[in-house]
Amino acid sequence: MKEIKIKTKNLSLYYGAKMALNSISLDIPEKEVTAFIGPSGCGKSTFLRTLNRMNDLIPNVKITGEVLVDGLNIYDKQIDVVNLRKKVGMVFQKSNPFTKSIFENVAYGPKINGINNRKKLEEIVETSLKNAFIWEEVKDRLHDSAMGLSGGQQQRMCIARALAVEPEIILMDEPASALDPISTAKIEELIFELKKKYTIVIVTHNMQQAARVSDLTAFFYLGELIEFGKTRKIFTTPDKKHTEEYITGRFG
Amino acid sequence: MEEPIGINKFVFSRESLKKKFRLSEFLSEKIITGVAFLSITIIVLIFFFVFKESIPIFQSKKKEIAKVETVQKQEQYGTDSSVATNLSGQEQYGVTGTDSLMTENQILEEDTVVHGSDEATAKSLMGKQWLPVSDNPRYGLIPLFVGTLKITLIAMLFAAPIAILAALFSAAFAPHWLREIIKPAIELLAGFPSVVIGFFALMVMASFFQNLFGYDGRLNAFVGGVAMALAAIPIIYTITEDALTAVPRTYTEASLALGATRWQTALFVTLPAATPGIFAAILLGIGRVFGETMIALMATGNAAMIGINPFESVRTLAATIGAEMAEVVFGDTHYNVLFLIGSLLFIFTFSLNALAEFYVKGKLVKRFQGKQS
Amino acid sequence: MSRRKSITGGLFIGLTAFSAILIIAVIIILLVVIIIGGKDTFSWEFLTAFPEDGMMKGGIFPAIFGTVLLVLIMSIAAVPFGTITAIYLTEYAHEKSILAQTIRFAVRTLATVPSIIFGLFGLGFFIKYVGSGMDDLFLGGQLKWGQPNILWASLTMALLTLPVVIVSVEEAIRTVPREMREASLALGATKWETIKRIVIPGSRSGIMTGTILAVSRGAGEVAPILFTGAAYYLATLPTSLSDQFMNLGYHIYIMATQSANVDQTLPIQFATTMALLMLTFMLNLTAVIIRSRLRRKAK
Repeated sequence: MKEIKIKTKNLSLYYGAKMALNSISLDIPEKEVTAFIGPSGCGKSTFLRTLNRMNDLIPNVKITGEVLVDGLNIYDKQIDVVNLRKKVGMVFQKSNPFTKSIFENVAYGPKINGINNRKKLEEIVETSLKNAFIWEEVKDRLHDSAMGLSGGQQQRMCIARALAVEPEIILMDEPASALDPISTAKIEELIFELKKKYTIVIVTHNMQQAARVSDLTAFFYLGELIEFGKTRKIFTTPDKKHTEEYITGRFG
Repeated sequence: MEEPIGINKFVFSRESLKKKFRLSEFLSEKIITGVAFLSITIIVLIFFFVFKESIPIFQSKKKEIAKVETVQKQEQYGTDSSVATNLSGQEQYGVTGTDSLMTENQILEEDTVVHGSDEATAKSLMGKQWLPVSDNPRYGLIPLFVGTLKITLIAMLFAAPIAILAALFSAAFAPHWLREIIKPAIELLAGFPSVVIGFFALMVMASFFQNLFGYDGRLNAFVGGVAMALAAIPIIYTITEDALTAVPRTYTEASLALGATRWQTALFVTLPAATPGIFAAILLGIGRVFGETMIALMATGNAAMIGINPFESVRTLAATIGAEMAEVVFGDTHYNVLFLIGSLLFIFTFSLNALAEFYVKGKLVKRFQGKQS
Repeated sequence: MSRRKSITGGLFIGLTAFSAILIIAVIIILLVVIIIGGKDTFSWEFLTAFPEDGMMKGGIFPAIFGTVLLVLIMSIAAVPFGTITAIYLTEYAHEKSILAQTIRFAVRTLATVPSIIFGLFGLGFFIKYVGSGMDDLFLGGQLKWGQPNILWASLTMALLTLPVVIVSVEEAIRTVPREMREASLALGATKWETIKRIVIPGSRSGIMTGTILAVSRGAGEVAPILFTGAAYYLATLPTSLSDQFMNLGYHIYIMATQSANVDQTLPIQFATTMALLMLTFMLNLTAVIIRSRLRRKAK
């Protein structure tokens, strides 16, 4: 029985007066892949972003309830958001490399953590790129601009960049939605490897991907958590009718 | 999967996640905000110091009466000027044609000034004579206002139609490649220093117009006005062009769909729709001309006269400051009056810009929201 | 009926085209006249030699030197302040806050103040308040800083060009995509670290454009320095901040309006004007090129 890494208790989110998330309570176990599925606009990305407090960047956002990571409520006033984000990394839907070299991109995280020793940085960059299954492709052009990589390569580099900070949890917001099938397959393979060491939470609009890749699945609809359980169960014998309708493609 | 190096050696714990005070964050935010605040400080200071130096005129304390002082000409300003201004004489710079009028009465600048009481000064502000350097100094601002208005009128009469029509051509009729040539070319004009335009007016335009119209005074309101138009055209053109291209495509498409030709659409649909922007453009053009100093100094003749004749010399508010401030004694009444002129200029251009802004924002928004025709 | 309309239409379009051509024609005439008048005198020697014979002969090197020194000191003052203000407006200001709106209003106002007013401010504040104050405090009333010099003239010019810098830098900062900022923050960087490492390097071209435009403006404006430090004839080059200086634009103005022997100095006047035009033209062109590359990148 794995430990619960993230636990949310009645988490609600408001954009001004409009409620976007309605009292979500969820337990995410460590070192497993948890997927969030649901139709567009159901709040799954919004919920993902509450886990590393990226919603703080949006003005007029109000949050009630708790998000406990390793037992600590990350919305407590005493919490340091900056350090939190070092422990909870994020990969975005559209890859967003910096307009720097591949090396500088991946070394960004360690550098802001105070590591300036050239040799150490090179070690970290190599390890991270290897762990992201992209080392072989870029090892000879580390100092070329990251903008010259293909979409799939950029995304894997962004994953390497996130890994370089050594988080414990990795949040992925539709990481493969902008990529071709081959790149998507590579990313899914990567996720499979990563879950041995990291807790992964992935948002996807692609149900087949969720079924392939995740251990647990949560189905969201209009800001509410409809059902949450083992992936196998959700996709074969879901409890809620709503879930079944979504799975079978009746809507969304 | 390789082992992580261990940058973040600590795991989740209350300690590691406790809110850290970062000095660099705190400092950077405070300093950046502080520096930005400086821009407000600067405006306030400008307001304050320009007004401050003009207040003494209105204070009733009497200065030393009838003290005769010599107005010193500061020697660093080079060889003594052989050009002088007097009541009705016009400055004759540059190449003079054979039928130009030579002025009489070359009054030298090293004059004696009698400090009158400030009450007399405040009254004389409303007067019609600008004679700061004489036995009985008079600081009538009216000729200066008249001069400025004349120049502005002449400048806008030329600049507004030409610039607006050119913007219309550029936005509505010109093929794309032509527009890409015209727009930067006119914006190039915006980059000409005004002293260059003044020089051009003085050396070339003045003689040209004198030969064309055959009047006496080579440098006058007309020449100055046309030169100012050159300075105002780029502003009016750019803003008008922006306003015209901002008119929603749906307007023009609707008109064309109803069978109107391109020019009918441009004239009867696009142009009226862009009126707030065009109005703002004109206002800003006026503001530019009102405060322009170098062109006025070089091309208008600089004699403070009141009259309707455009071919007479004039003196503008800005040029007065520019011409006389260097020769004035600090703290003197003349000094104060010049600052007063500056304050008036400041208030005027400020109001003009505020008007342009509110008018455009208000009307433009309302119009495209359909709240007024 | 429609034929009359199309004639009217054609005339109207022709009128607008004529207006556009008229403007361009005037620009060309201006350029041609200046070049014709100055080309014989304009030369490398002209640019590097000192004036002789009471401005009757020789070169304009001190005017060029003074102008360059002026814009240099001006840039040192204006560029950092302008850049920081732009950073505040884009990264730290809450758009609806009163402070942000007031600062924006102040910047806009600053941009429309007539240039002569800056001269007045330079005189009333820098020279007569700060300068005199410095003399009283540090020199026991001896007159050194309380008079026109290159320091005060440069600072006055810096105020005039501040809005130019702010607008250019702000434009450039806004082209840095939000996603990059998010990526940085998601990696555990602080706000200032993100600005320092991602935003500012990404706005380099805007900072350059702003500086170049400011320099072009500062090199050409004359009204602010008429009585804050410019001089027509100085025997030596300025060697300290409390010296006066010669200046291209000011030189043109004085020579054109107060020259004793017009026939002799006319070629010099034209050549000096040519020099000033070339300088501002090249600067503006460079800035425009950088800016259009920046705008293309944003698309």
